[in-house]
Amino acid sequence: MPKKEKWELRLYIAGQTPKSILALQNITKYCKQHLAGQYSIQVIDLLKNPQLAEGDQIFAIPTLVRKFPEPIRKIIGDLSNEEKVLVGLNIRPLTI
Amino acid sequence: MAKTKTTFRKTPTGISGLDEITNGGFPKGRPVLICGSAGCGKTLFATQFLIKGITEYNEPGVLMSFEETTADIKQNVKSLGFDLDTLIAQKKLRVDYVRIERSEIEETGEFDLEGLFIRLNHAIDSIGAKRVVLDTIESLFSGMDNMALLRSEIRRLFQWLKEKGVTAIITGEKGENTLTRQGLEEYVSDCVILLDFRVINQIATRRLRIVKYRGSTHGTNEYPFLIDEEGISVIPVTSLKLDYKSSTEIISTGLPALDKLFSGGGIYRAGSTLITGTAGTAKTILASYFAISSCKRKESVLYFSFEESPDQLGRNMATIGINFKSPVKSNLLHIHASRPSLQGLEMHLLMILRLVEKFKPRTVIIDPISSLISIGTTSEVRGMLVRLMDTLKTKQINALFTSLTHQQSGESREITVDAVSSLADTWIDMQNIVKEDGHIRTLHIVKARGMGHANTEQPFYITDKGIQFPTTKK
Repeated sequence: MPKKEKWELRLYIAGQTPKSILALQNITKYCKQHLAGQYSIQVIDLLKNPQLAEGDQIFAIPTLVRKFPEPIRKIIGDLSNEEKVLVGLNIRPLTI
Repeated sequence: MAKTKTTFRKTPTGISGLDEITNGGFPKGRPVLICGSAGCGKTLFATQFLIKGITEYNEPGVLMSFEETTADIKQNVKSLGFDLDTLIAQKKLRVDYVRIERSEIEETGEFDLEGLFIRLNHAIDSIGAKRVVLDTIESLFSGMDNMALLRSEIRRLFQWLKEKGVTAIITGEKGENTLTRQGLEEYVSDCVILLDFRVINQIATRRLRIVKYRGSTHGTNEYPFLIDEEGISVIPVTSLKLDYKSSTEIISTGLPALDKLFSGGGIYRAGSTLITGTAGTAKTILASYFAISSCKRKESVLYFSFEESPDQLGRNMATIGINFKSPVKSNLLHIHASRPSLQGLEMHLLMILRLVEKFKPRTVIIDPISSLISIGTTSEVRGMLVRLMDTLKTKQINALFTSLTHQQSGESREITVDAVSSLADTWIDMQNIVKEDGHIRTLHIVKARGMGHANTEQPFYITDKGIQFPTTKK
């Protein structure tokens, strides 16, 4: 089976705050549904690695960054609006 | 300098003149808001605060820019002689460019600006920063939808900066009826400074005003400031104190015959002397005598010539036996020539003060001061002259000004005389009197503070040996 496009996502959080936990739950759920088997989510806790904030131009928490496929997209917030997240990540148009 | 009882500590701003107006600088460990319209010098102001903080007060600083990229900022301040790369390499400065690109950001659900806090905190801690600049935080508003959240987060940020104990400058663009577009002044209430840029009579003037400074006395006027190759300098207009020392030492005017007309045998050191007269009454010659006499005492002279080039001045004086070449060579005499119309009045004052600072002369000559008058209004000119004379007096410098007057006492005569004469300690008026057989040159002493003087008009001739008084010839 030819390897499909892989989605590389990064979620920036600052400690285990309710917003961060919610965001992680949400994105995991959406990915399982829509991108099963072709995604990776890397969680970066800026409290532990503050130096990483600059690289991806993070200012809001939580922020989800789509590193791949390009171009880079960012979604800030707890990702509670599924529609918006899917459109924002460009996953949505496939399944309407 | 600060006369106030220090109730809280201040941070020197590194902007020349501003510490004087603020009685010592910005409130230490608190945020300061700098606002003004586009192009008024906010970013430069903030950057200079950081750089001088590092180079002069050894306080590392963080610059968080929301508008210009790091490369742009480096480039911009390079023209002012600031090299950011070196400071960054020495771990004294951190520049963090926060890029907020609306098109690539989507908002959904709740969030906060903790990312920004973490970035800032990391930057501050990594170099032990004492100073922080946020330029311009209002950019966040254009990049985000949730205004209510943004406002509460910005409020939290300023509070956090206070707790962090850093002295911060926050810049903001001027709004239509408010100091800043987003009303940042509501959050930063300790110290607010407004910068302004206008063009009057085709000459650009920049002004600074302290709108608010909680818990501290400060100057309330609008102060002109300049941006030149050395960064920003503020000119404190009204920081005038009449508390300079008065010398009792007598110095020569350079002409023994003229000295004799004063009961003291000369004029007081560190006084200001005004020479007025219509065109061609030998004002510059008298000024040159004064310069040479200072050189003879081995006291350096700074000569501002607003009408003649140094070369021309030297040539002309040589024809009447005054030698400018050797004192110039031995660095006792510096001649600085420029056209008054090239710069605004403040620029002139600053240039004069800078050169005075650089050469540390004991005598300053401005020839003629009346040409400066053409570039400003009466009150501006007077203000400037007061500042200038005061500064020179405080530094114990002998000052001599020439001033051109007109035969018909027109308005400009009024201005010159009004502006200068009351400030001058000694006033010599020179005239060309028409007689049947031609002109006769005369001079007379209008006033000499603190000493008696001759009251008659003294005729004199200009020969190839200089000024000659007939009465002194035996």
